[in-house]
Amino acid sequence: MTDRPSTPLSTAEPVVRLDHVTKTYRRGTEQVVALDEVSLEVAAGELVAVMGPSGSGKSTLLNIAGGLDSVTAGSVWVCGRQLQNMGPNELAQLRRRVVGYVFQELNLVPSLTAAENVALPLELDGLRPGPARRCALEALEAAGLAATAALFPDELSGGQQQQVAIARALVGQRRLLLADEPTGALDSATGDLVLASLRARCDAGVGAIVVTHQPRHAAWADRVVFLRDGALVDDPRSELWPAPPGPGGGTARAAGPVRG
Amino acid sequence: MSVRHGLLALLMSAPKYGYQLRAEFEAAAGGTWPLNIGQVYTTLHRLERDGLVRALEGTDDGQRPYEITGQGRDELGRWLLTPLPRELQARSELALKVSLAVSVGADVPTVLQVQRRATIELLQTLRANRQAEEPAGPPGTGPWAGNYPADALAADALAFAAEAEVHWLDHAEATLKRAARRPAPRAGAISPTSTGKGQAPTAKDQARKGTT
Repeated sequence: MTDRPSTPLSTAEPVVRLDHVTKTYRRGTEQVVALDEVSLEVAAGELVAVMGPSGSGKSTLLNIAGGLDSVTAGSVWVCGRQLQNMGPNELAQLRRRVVGYVFQELNLVPSLTAAENVALPLELDGLRPGPARRCALEALEAAGLAATAALFPDELSGGQQQQVAIARALVGQRRLLLADEPTGALDSATGDLVLASLRARCDAGVGAIVVTHQPRHAAWADRVVFLRDGALVDDPRSELWPAPPGPGGGTARAAGPVRG
Repeated sequence: MSVRHGLLALLMSAPKYGYQLRAEFEAAAGGTWPLNIGQVYTTLHRLERDGLVRALEGTDDGQRPYEITGQGRDELGRWLLTPLPRELQARSELALKVSLAVSVGADVPTVLQVQRRATIELLQTLRANRQAEEPAGPPGTGPWAGNYPADALAADALAFAAEAEVHWLDHAEATLKRAARRPAPRAGAISPTSTGKGQAPTAKDQARKGTT
């Protein structure tokens, strides 16, 4: 518990920074480009939503931002430290202490109470059960979830489960929250509550990336970015006419030979 | 929807003056339906003529409150239980624009994205306004403030329409992407496609094209 990361975490740097990240993998004989030169920064206190069709690379982006997956090219920094320069132990420690994850469902261990679930990452990181439990109760209380502490996941509503999952993902001093469709299994109003929890944590200084299909929930973000075919969609106005129009096409005709 | 039924509904809780009715109507509509005071009084006079409201004794400054009658309550009940006609909203400028973008050969995903970005920004604004009205404290735990749930629902209606639009934009983009992978139906320029599978839809599409 007392061993510290070899380099101190920076508070001035973005919580996470992806610099020209490309990720390719092989599917059968085919080379698939999951991410194509993606650059993205998330500051402390910022909530960024990532939208895009299925297969556009959203989950890959999250996995790479959290050090769960490696890059093919480019680099990733978390709190000023480059993941590509880290050894496996250091990386594992960063994932344990700095980054929190929330998925669509099945975030909580069913045989543990809400408080035990929240205490779990601290205990896995070497904290003794007493202090871990105190810390977990504080985290639940701060999130307005004190009443759930002694309940098991199947005694909680879907929305409460996700809120407990967020509290667990951020217990301790973690600075980066990565959420993959955290409202995917919830109705719209309950999803709003989950996003409100996320928003509150960001307002308190955490940086977060949330992947979502739901525009209503993306609207909680400070910034919404769009992925298409593995690339971020920038200001698109310049590319309205992608190819020179063929015969009978519109804009280029004036410059071309006059027909007829 | 008529302003008539809006005013009847607002008079259910207590007799009210014109200015009061205007303020409450605008709040209930989430600020999306401004009224002028002349419109409110014209409507009240018609409601009175039809026996749905009754004017009470005026105060010293000449203001007369109105109250709802039994007939007014019946009319309000009928309105609440009558579904709105759907065809009112059938015409969509956005659908027309996208359809034309396809026919002029523009980069349609770009057109869709410009709209998507703007609509998400509208949603962000609506969300921020809503959050500003919500009580402080951990989400979902504070007491309701003022007329909060009723008034916020009108603004939510706008948010849901915006959300539906984004879903449609996503759907349009996916549909166009799928369509682009199919052989294009071109009269007089049928080239054998690489698979036999491509032939059938081509012929079918041509047949469909011929009927339009």
